[in-house]
Parts: sequence; C-alpha cells; structure tokens
Amino acid sequence: MSGRVFLFGDDIDTDQLAPGQYMKGGIAALAAHCLEGVRPDFATSVASGDVVVAGRNFGMGSSREQAAEALKHLGVAGVVALSFAGIFYRNAINLGLPVLTAPSLDDLTDGERVTLDLDNGRLVRAGEKPVLPLDPLPDNLKALLADGGLVPHLKKRFAQERQKEQGR
Amino acid sequence: MTASPTTLAQKIVARAAGRVSVAPGEIVTARVDLAMIHDSGGPRRVEPILQDLGVGLFDANKVVLISDHFVPGDTDEGARILELTRQWAAQRKVAFHDGEGICHVVLPERGHLAPGMLVVGGDSHSPTGGAFGAYMFGVGATEMAGVLATGEIWLKVPETILIEWRGRLSDGVTAKDIMLALCGRLGMDGGKYQTVEYAGEAIAALSMQERMTLSNMAAELGGQAGLIAPDEVTAAFLREAGSDPAGWGDWQGLRTDPGAPLMEHHVFAAGDLAPQVAAPHSPANSGPVDDAPTTPVDVAYLGACTGAKYQDLANAARILKGRRVASGVELLVAPASRRDQDRAARDGIMAVLEEAGAKLLPNACGICAGYGSARLGEDVTCISSTARNFKGRMGAASSKVWLGSPLTVAASAVAGRITDPRLMLTEGAGGTA
Repeated sequence: MSGRVFLFGDDIDTDQLAPGQYMKGGIAALAAHCLEGVRPDFATSVASGDVVVAGRNFGMGSSREQAAEALKHLGVAGVVALSFAGIFYRNAINLGLPVLTAPSLDDLTDGERVTLDLDNGRLVRAGEKPVLPLDPLPDNLKALLADGGLVPHLKKRFAQERQKEQGR
Repeated sequence: MTASPTTLAQKIVARAAGRVSVAPGEIVTARVDLAMIHDSGGPRRVEPILQDLGVGLFDANKVVLISDHFVPGDTDEGARILELTRQWAAQRKVAFHDGEGICHVVLPERGHLAPGMLVVGGDSHSPTGGAFGAYMFGVGATEMAGVLATGEIWLKVPETILIEWRGRLSDGVTAKDIMLALCGRLGMDGGKYQTVEYAGEAIAALSMQERMTLSNMAAELGGQAGLIAPDEVTAAFLREAGSDPAGWGDWQGLRTDPGAPLMEHHVFAAGDLAPQVAAPHSPANSGPVDDAPTTPVDVAYLGACTGAKYQDLANAARILKGRRVASGVELLVAPASRRDQDRAARDGIMAVLEEAGAKLLPNACGICAGYGSARLGEDVTCISSTARNFKGRMGAASSKVWLGSPLTVAASAVAGRITDPRLMLTEGAGGTA
C-alpha cells in the first residue's frame, strides 16, 4: 500500500506524539492530538499507508507507548528516521508499528508518494526517483513484526508450548 | 586463558543472560531480577494484556508496584485509576507502595534494589537504578506485560559511553548541573543503543541521592541505562534500606575493567563547572546560569525524581533559610518521597521551605508528568528542578520551562528571576544542610 511522506525534523518527543493532558482519554482521543504541537493538521490529514519520515532521535522522552500507538491508530504504515530513541523503538515494534532507520534521507520531500517495502527493507518512491535503502532489522524484531507485535507473538509461543506439553 | 576486559554493563547483562560473557551488539534474552510498575503504565495497561494472553505473573515476589503518577487522585479519572491500581496489588499479591512517593526514589529507599540486578521499569527514568550498580531500564506497557508473563526480555548488549569527572565540584554546583552540562555537550540522541557510565573522583564523592540524579537523566542522554559502579557509599545506603548484602554476589567486582571496549570516553574537570540552566524546550539547551538572559519567573518548582529528594530539599533550604520568595512568584514543592519529607521535617528543612513561602504538594510526580490537576497556565515561565522541559509537558503549550538545580530554583524563586545560587551562598544565610 502506498501513501504520502509526512516529513519531520530532529528530536520529535513523546510529549508531541502523545500529549500528557490527553493521556486519561482513550487512544482515539489521544491520537486526535498526535503531533499537533509541531504540525496542527497532522491527525486530520494523515491517512492509511502514509509514512512518517524524520531526522535524529525520533520518540525521545517518555516510556508511554501511546506515542507509537497513536501513529498506528492513525493508519501510519511506519516510521523511517535517521535514529530512534530506544524505548520508543521497542514500543513501536512491540505494538506492530514498523520503525526503520535510514542511513540518509537523501532528497525525500514532504507529500511525495512512497511505499514502505518491509520485506526488502526499503522505501520505494513513485515515478523515476531512486529507492531509499533502509537499515536491515535484526531477526528477532523481524519475527515480532511478522507476528503483528509482542502480544500475538507471545500467544503463538504459549500455544506452541502448550502443544508440546500435550504431545508429551 | 585470561578473560578479556569487559564493561560493567557487559558483566551484568552476561549474568542475567546466563552467559559467561557477551559482546556489544549481540542480541540476548535475559532473565529479569525485578520489574517495577506504576499506576499510569501499570495495572490499567498490563492487566488486559495478561488476560488476553491467559497467563499470570512470572513471579509475584519480583514485581513492585508504586502509585505516583495520578496521586493524590484529585480528579475523577485519577481516583478511578488509583482504585484499580490498589485492587490489582491485592489480587496479584505484589509489593505495593501507595502514595509513598515517586517510584524511582521509593524503589531503592525500600531496599528493593541490589548491585548486579537486571531490572526493568515501566517508566523512562528507570535508569535511576543504575546508581546502585543495577542494569535498569525503562519499557512501555506492552513490553512490561511480556516481562510480567515470561520473566524474560531481549537486549542488544550495549556499547558504553564512559563519562569521567575528575577533581571536585565547587560549592553550589550539583549533580543536576553535571547533567545539564552533559545534555548540552553530548546531545540527547539515543539512536546508538548505548549505556552511560559515570566515573571519577567527583562522582565517587557524591551522595547516593546525587548519584541517582545522574543515572536518572542518562535517559536524557539517550542511554538505555546509566551506571555507577557500586562502592561503600552504595552498600551503606542499601544496607540501611534493608537490602541484605549476602544476596548481592561479588558486587565489588562489578566495575568496568581497564581496557574494556568503550564507544566513547569523555573526561571533564569538575572544578570548572558552573551552575547550569537549560532554556525551553530541551534539556540540551543548556549553558552556565550566568550566560542566561535575565528571565523573570512566575513559578519555581522543586519536584520530581531529579529535584525533590532529601538532598535536593536540603540544598534548596541552604538558599531559602532566612529569605522569602519574591512577591508574585509561586514556589511549589512536591517532596519526592514521604520518607524524605519526614526526614526533612525532622531536620528543620521543611520549616525553612515553608517559612520562605513554599506551597507543599503531595509526594508524587506532580506537575512533571503533566497528568495531575496542577498544571502551568498560558505563558507562565517556570524554573524547575525536573528532568525534562519539552514543550507543553507541564501544562499549556505557551508555558516555558527552564531547568536548573534545586539550588538554582531556590535562588531564582527568591530573586524573582533566573539567578546564580552561588551569589546567595556566599552572602551566607544558609547552613541547614
């Protein structure tokens, strides 16, 4: 599925992704305010398949996983950044939101059409533009994403363990 | 064959992973010695996942629950979350500290930590545990649910950035100033999956509560953990907290060997450091307080895990003794734990703060987390002893938060503008701490 690039700079923090004052509400209410401090129209204009592209240290700050959950709720296909903050990165994978680092962002522009190709680890751009290579994910994280995140991954593991026990 | 030199982080992770040694960059699965959760990311978020998975806790004796984010429950929703938290603690039979203070402060003060442990916390400032020689890091609620279900977590064995502070800090310069200077010089980029280790004479000379501020704000440097090799100061604190050294293993061997692989090694002269402030909206916007523009403040906030422990309150009292908060300035104090507040009360520190005009808030995360009912209003300028000053975190998006040490916060409250505390220390009304 293809979508548009939503381009951001460095140091997008979790208080921008999931503002504290809306934390008591559900994820839909919180997602409506996602990134409004840096781009007021983000939540209303982002659509399924769109890709968030950012500079260094995306997701710095809090451990609140609603920061990643909000992006997923809005239909974002994944986040491509020069680097991620550690907890956000883990949270995103655990929730099944693809997050990939890119060695460089080249001349990617806001609004251009792209497809996030997870299998081959690249961002395919529309038209004649060159494909953007992404850093490969470690195998354990590929497995987590393939299962749809940590909860389905653990369900699968527990089911296999139960099966083994019954087979004995 | 002699073992190759390794870092403190490698030693802890290797043991937790059941390995003789591990190398930076390797991905391992480790057993967790302890899991800490709080009311915000804890029961209300993890229980539905545990139900969905159809499993219980991996070991109720290795789980500690602390309520601090929605304390004192002064909104309907906050009260409901706290009630759910209490019910869960009773049902799941875990250690529970209810309204006793901020999780990062309560966990060590109640003797739950020991050197060499691998600990996960459901909060981004969990690296605080590193001050005790524990590899402790923060995770989100889904990952925490996975830990509670399995007792395991995956780790990429971290590279280490060694930060050495030689010499001694001058009077009026504290751990918070060290951290703000580091945020400014090293930046906050966490993309390298590193751990931060603090060493040197100036670090060894710090009290445990000052060391906790350093480890805590390793999060602001993008570190997964922020370690300090355990020493006699660590052991004395933990013994007094009720932790039994018999269970600590070879804790004296828990240090980075000479020649261990380091990603970076920085050396700073502690004696050259001046009090620092960070301008809105990033801890990395830091510099010497004397270089900051003359900035009037509306609110001075002594709060959070990095700014309202006993030591922090004692530092603030050195400035506030015999002085009054400037007219028009609100000084808010949320002591980081009930124990620290009680101790400060016994020592006359709380009386000094209150006589200076401070308003007392509950022992909780307070304004720092941005969840409570107390928030900064439109266009308010605040000088704060907290760890983060991201836009809108503590209230209105138009509010501006400057970060400084508790000494700087107190001095700024008295002057009504951001002020170098050393001025008031030399004028000398202090002496309480």
